[in-house]
Amino acid sequence: MARTSVVRSAMTRFIWLGVLFALLIGGNAIAVFQGTGSWVPKLALDLQGGTQIVLAPQVAENQNVTDEQLTQAVSIIRQRVDAGGVAEAEVTTQGGSNIVVSIPGTPDAATLERIRSSAKLEFRAVLRIGPALLPEGSLVEPVVPAENAPETTPENPSDLAWITPEIETAYNELSCEALDELGANVADPTMPLVTCSDDRASKFILGPVEVDGGTISDAISGLVPGPQGTVTNEWGVFLEFDSVGTEAFRTVTERLILLQGVQNQFAIVLDGNVISAPRTLGAITDGKPQISGSFEQESATTLADQLKFGALPIGFAVQSSETITATLGLSQLQSGLLAGAIGLVLVVLYSLVQYRMLGMVTVFSLTTAFTLSYFVITYLSNTQGYRLSLAGVAGLIVAIGITADSFIVFFERIRDELRDGRNLESSIVGAWKRAFRTILASDAVGFLAAAVLFILAVGNVRGFAFTLGITTIVDLIVVALFTRPLMGVLGRTSFFSSGNPLSGLDPKALGAVYRGRARFMEPVNAGVIAKKRSAGEAKRRQTIAERKAQEESASMEGKK
Amino acid sequence: MSRFTKFGNALYTGERSFDFVGNRLRWYVIGGALVILAVAITLLRGGFTFGIEFSGGSEFRVSNPASIVEQTAIDTVQLEAGVESNPRVSIVGGDSVRVQTEQLTDAQTTLLRQDLADAYDVPLENVTASFIGATWGQDITRQALIGLGVFLVLVSIVMALYFRTWKMSLAALTALAHDLLITAGIYGVLGYEITPAAVIGFLTILGYSLYDTVVVFDKVRENTNQDGEESSRTFAESVNLAVNQTLVRSINTSVVAVLPVGSILFIGSLLLGAGTLRDIALALFIGMLAGTYSSIFIAAPMYVHLRENEPENLKQGRKAREPRPTSGAVR
Repeated sequence: MARTSVVRSAMTRFIWLGVLFALLIGGNAIAVFQGTGSWVPKLALDLQGGTQIVLAPQVAENQNVTDEQLTQAVSIIRQRVDAGGVAEAEVTTQGGSNIVVSIPGTPDAATLERIRSSAKLEFRAVLRIGPALLPEGSLVEPVVPAENAPETTPENPSDLAWITPEIETAYNELSCEALDELGANVADPTMPLVTCSDDRASKFILGPVEVDGGTISDAISGLVPGPQGTVTNEWGVFLEFDSVGTEAFRTVTERLILLQGVQNQFAIVLDGNVISAPRTLGAITDGKPQISGSFEQESATTLADQLKFGALPIGFAVQSSETITATLGLSQLQSGLLAGAIGLVLVVLYSLVQYRMLGMVTVFSLTTAFTLSYFVITYLSNTQGYRLSLAGVAGLIVAIGITADSFIVFFERIRDELRDGRNLESSIVGAWKRAFRTILASDAVGFLAAAVLFILAVGNVRGFAFTLGITTIVDLIVVALFTRPLMGVLGRTSFFSSGNPLSGLDPKALGAVYRGRARFMEPVNAGVIAKKRSAGEAKRRQTIAERKAQEESASMEGKK
Repeated sequence: MSRFTKFGNALYTGERSFDFVGNRLRWYVIGGALVILAVAITLLRGGFTFGIEFSGGSEFRVSNPASIVEQTAIDTVQLEAGVESNPRVSIVGGDSVRVQTEQLTDAQTTLLRQDLADAYDVPLENVTASFIGATWGQDITRQALIGLGVFLVLVSIVMALYFRTWKMSLAALTALAHDLLITAGIYGVLGYEITPAAVIGFLTILGYSLYDTVVVFDKVRENTNQDGEESSRTFAESVNLAVNQTLVRSINTSVVAVLPVGSILFIGSLLLGAGTLRDIALALFIGMLAGTYSSIFIAAPMYVHLRENEPENLKQGRKAREPRPTSGAVR
């Protein structure tokens, strides 16, 4: 191969690598310049300490959580966390249904409640009120079935025709102690609801939802004014509806005011519990009702915040809550880095022992691969919010071995070609063709594994799969754009092409002109004999068996 | 180096050759026996021990206690009203105590946290409380199993397309099953807890085991593709030569891959104790060793098994069989 074309092709590959580096560094620099990024990747909670709460949606069995609901829930939870004064909290989704809230430090119970409570507020007309079921064994007050038992369609949400025999039965059998398991908070808004008050003292049959919390435009907490404008000690939440809510609320109150008894009351239902069921004293036309009940200052403030930022479209339960102290995080990070350093040193030593100076190529290639991976991760951390976890660090360390693997495949192929009697330059070219196929195939399998894990897995597994996937691609890039051209250039230096014993590519040691058991010819001195002819020279000196092998590999070469 | 290099030379020319394919029955028995042992002992021990992430429960960590005595924690937990079961207590990272219990109520958690702080004589901030619902582990397991299924289907197709034969896929997947069963079995045999980190390790073996097999198979494909009816080697001999020729590569890459994993395992167990690093590394360490073994001793012989009786491959090598010169290095 002509000198110039080798150099030119090597230069082209180096330039592409340079462009890639420039893009990544440039991208990072822009992020840093804009103040949104940093030169160091962000760390996940297990490395920097903090609390991670996983919230699982609570939906009825045959229901699914839509992406839209989840996105909405994430943004609402984020606002709530921010309103709670927690800095640097992070809210993300996981596995298509869970929400992960990461908070530095340890949250108290109130913060947890603020985050997870769905705060689904509904206004329903009251159809019937009764005392909650007494403890087991006691008699149930007989409930008179509704007269004119309704075969008819209910005319309005206050129509007693809603109370069908099934509702009647459900009401009679309802035990308020077990309300939470019944899923009142995931009830169908277009159907009547059988539920209890939040102190579990009384139970209700309520009409369908008439006004829902989504139409609330503002909510504040404060002390409820008394009848004559005096200030009481009772805390309440003051609501303000948007135009839709105002209209709906007016319609309800105008209808209820004409009704008698319990039907005059409307129930304010929060997450399936009746928090209060005030009588309708007048039509509320300005869309500014107030809710009072068993509030204290704190619970009133929390509810007001929750209502202001909107109710979650679905209820959530805390599935796991994990706290890691900052010191443990730091020691995990240090151990991870230490393990990585030791692993790297061992790999470098082994490569040097096995491949001598060729081992240095491994060292430089690994350094390049590491630098490239570092910038990719930092870039993704800046732009995509990726955070490096302990599992991710482990993935990076494991990748050292898998990346070095590609170099070994390449080196061994070069040695094979040398053994076949080719000179170094053509060996490198021939070896690259075959080695790259192998590297491509095996990296494809590795990448497939990482990609499937990343798409399907949850939590920690993702972080690991992500780094593994990145390093697989980086491996391909480095071996093609760095190791390959570097070998091309090195192959032209006299140190390597003369087969210096320290180069790791000594044709003599590799038995290039192998003559039979323990009998070696003088080595072909590639520095003296014209390089192109050395292969032919070796050919001439071959035994029959060797020639055959040579022909075979040549014929295969021809097939390609 | 030179001795190892000469070893490589001899393997390459065929002067030295290990009969991986010919003795396949022996390798099958060894592999099979290991798998059966792993599964049987695990079953006899009553199955796997699952970590708190799978069973659900509460976990407390006391960092920098005055004394690292496990009994202190056990006493504290059992004196605590309502906690009946035995807590699992372990030393983590050399300087903190991890206490795992059944899932506690909020009130119990608060109380126990305070009690642990008192018992170990540390400020309350040094005791962290976590809890994990039982469904979390189920979620991870379900997702992992789906991932496993999808990956196996996809990778079989990719390999079948690349190698142009489904028989390589089948052989590679058999080797993979061998690796996974042995790795999981080690956890069962030693009674180590299966944690999400260990599951990550198992899943990574999927990629590594096949990666290793693909490199060996690529050489096998290259050698056998050259053979025609005229070839002096039988199909089995051809495969065997390929495995021998990649042997040095296999050894070198395995060593290089195992070194970093070994250092994570060492550092992880020494400095951190039970935890993410150790669990990932242990699974990988065993899986990688098993993976190297199975690529050479199981995948390649099995591939021969599947293909040597194909009519085309039967013809191969027949010509040379009768008067083959015994001086030939190729066996």
